[in-house]
Amino acid sequence: MKQEIIIAGFGGQGVLSMGKILAYSGLIEGKEVTWMPAYGPEQRGGTANVTVIVSDEEISSPILSTYDTAIILNQPSMEKFEKTVKPGGTLIYDGYGINIPPTRTDINIYRVDAMDVAAKMNLIKIFNMILLGSYLKLHPIVQIESVLKALKKTLPERHHHLIPQNEEAIKTGMDLVK
Amino acid sequence: MADQEITLMKGNEAIAHAAIRCGCDGYFGYPITPQSEVLETLAEQKPWETTGMVVLQAESETSSINMVYGGAGCGKKVMTSSSSPGISLMQEGLSYMAGCEIPCLVVNVSRGGPGLGTIQPSQADYFQSCKGGGHGDYHLIVLAPSSVQETADFVDLAFELAFKYRNPAMILSDGVIGQMMEKVVLPPFKPRRTEEQILKECPWAATGRPKTRKPNVITSLELDPAKMEEINIRIQKKYAEIQEKEVRFEEFMLEDAEYAICAFGSAARIAKKAIEDARKEGIKVGLLRPITLWPFPYKEIEALSHKVKGILSLEINAGQMVEDIRLAVNGRIPVNHYGRLGGIIPAPDEVVNELKKMM
Repeated sequence: MKQEIIIAGFGGQGVLSMGKILAYSGLIEGKEVTWMPAYGPEQRGGTANVTVIVSDEEISSPILSTYDTAIILNQPSMEKFEKTVKPGGTLIYDGYGINIPPTRTDINIYRVDAMDVAAKMNLIKIFNMILLGSYLKLHPIVQIESVLKALKKTLPERHHHLIPQNEEAIKTGMDLVK
Repeated sequence: MADQEITLMKGNEAIAHAAIRCGCDGYFGYPITPQSEVLETLAEQKPWETTGMVVLQAESETSSINMVYGGAGCGKKVMTSSSSPGISLMQEGLSYMAGCEIPCLVVNVSRGGPGLGTIQPSQADYFQSCKGGGHGDYHLIVLAPSSVQETADFVDLAFELAFKYRNPAMILSDGVIGQMMEKVVLPPFKPRRTEEQILKECPWAATGRPKTRKPNVITSLELDPAKMEEINIRIQKKYAEIQEKEVRFEEFMLEDAEYAICAFGSAARIAKKAIEDARKEGIKVGLLRPITLWPFPYKEIEALSHKVKGILSLEINAGQMVEDIRLAVNGRIPVNHYGRLGGIIPAPDEVVNELKKMM
């Protein structure tokens, strides 16, 4: 098993932390993982993206030009990364940030209205976890239990009381894809 | 067994943790992207409260390297880290330390240049790291990690080599290795050396003169050129010994290879992916990865040039290590270079295309 994933959106949307939690979940299950951010003058409102690889075997390059899955949260990232999904791969996008939907027919495209659902549920800050849930429904590369353990590891203790909300968000995301 | 815990961290964070764990006495540095996490992690870990390690943000890189110079002169295990333009500011200090034959560790998490350049990854500091950078006939011992684990492991190794040969050592990382998170098992804790140990292991150090010995003078200056030549000859002998004994490299899929890629650090990771892809197309290619950039694996590459039909030097620069490869190959087979510049990282498929051009 090897999944090469790009997560891309605006800075502040939780792109890097979604990737970090996914990578940590892989680590908890004894898998090989890399997490490579496109760092730069990124800041809230600018674009941010991260490449996460989760694999049963040693990972060669942490930087790729094509991906098994793209999780896309804004229009600039759609323009940049729709074309990088491997044929037969997966593209998940949040309808809220996208004016021009993807058009490729050789990949599996899922629109998940995570931002709208998060707003209704008062979970806006963790809408990235809804998308992570959707992704894990389609590609169950790690167990939900591992994600919860990863949250415990990566969140500072003062935020641990939010873990049940994160779990709820992940489960919501799983229900949003069929 | 808490020491053996597998964690996920950035290369830069691993440097800080490894420094504390290997008994480092002092870190002096100045923030610069993409290495700022080194100083940030040290500040977060507060080793001055545990091991007693000093962590100080200096007012500039020039100041950092001279604080390192002072600490090293006292036999202390001291280090600094920076990124390309900051490392340029340190060159005078590095030349002095090599001239005085005192040990230290300098980490360069390099970025795209020249000048202020970009903050994205680059390997354009190969020449600066391996061919001087400062003035005079000197070398740094240069280690190039290609994973977060190696980054952590090389901190202790670099200090060991620096003290063994009384010479500054450098870890040449870049924005990929520094910013990437990977699994890492941090090295076990080693206590900092006691004053007695320093007196015993560093008899050359300025530790306060007892009446029983002459003053230890740490200087790179001799007014008499004959004496200066003697010192230079002694230093060159030491470099010859390092070249003989301390070359480190990794071979990957070279057994049946008809072509080879030579790459170090982050470029070697991209090369491995390119090799996996090329082999799916039936191209027999492998990798020779220099781990020590100085001393450079000349002999190993010379031997390789008798086995393969061509070598591609993959570097994230305009072609620097390729000069050393060509020296080793001495015209026997074609040696090409491929690289991207200014902070752009070559993609594995670009590398496969370059390989095909050689065939």
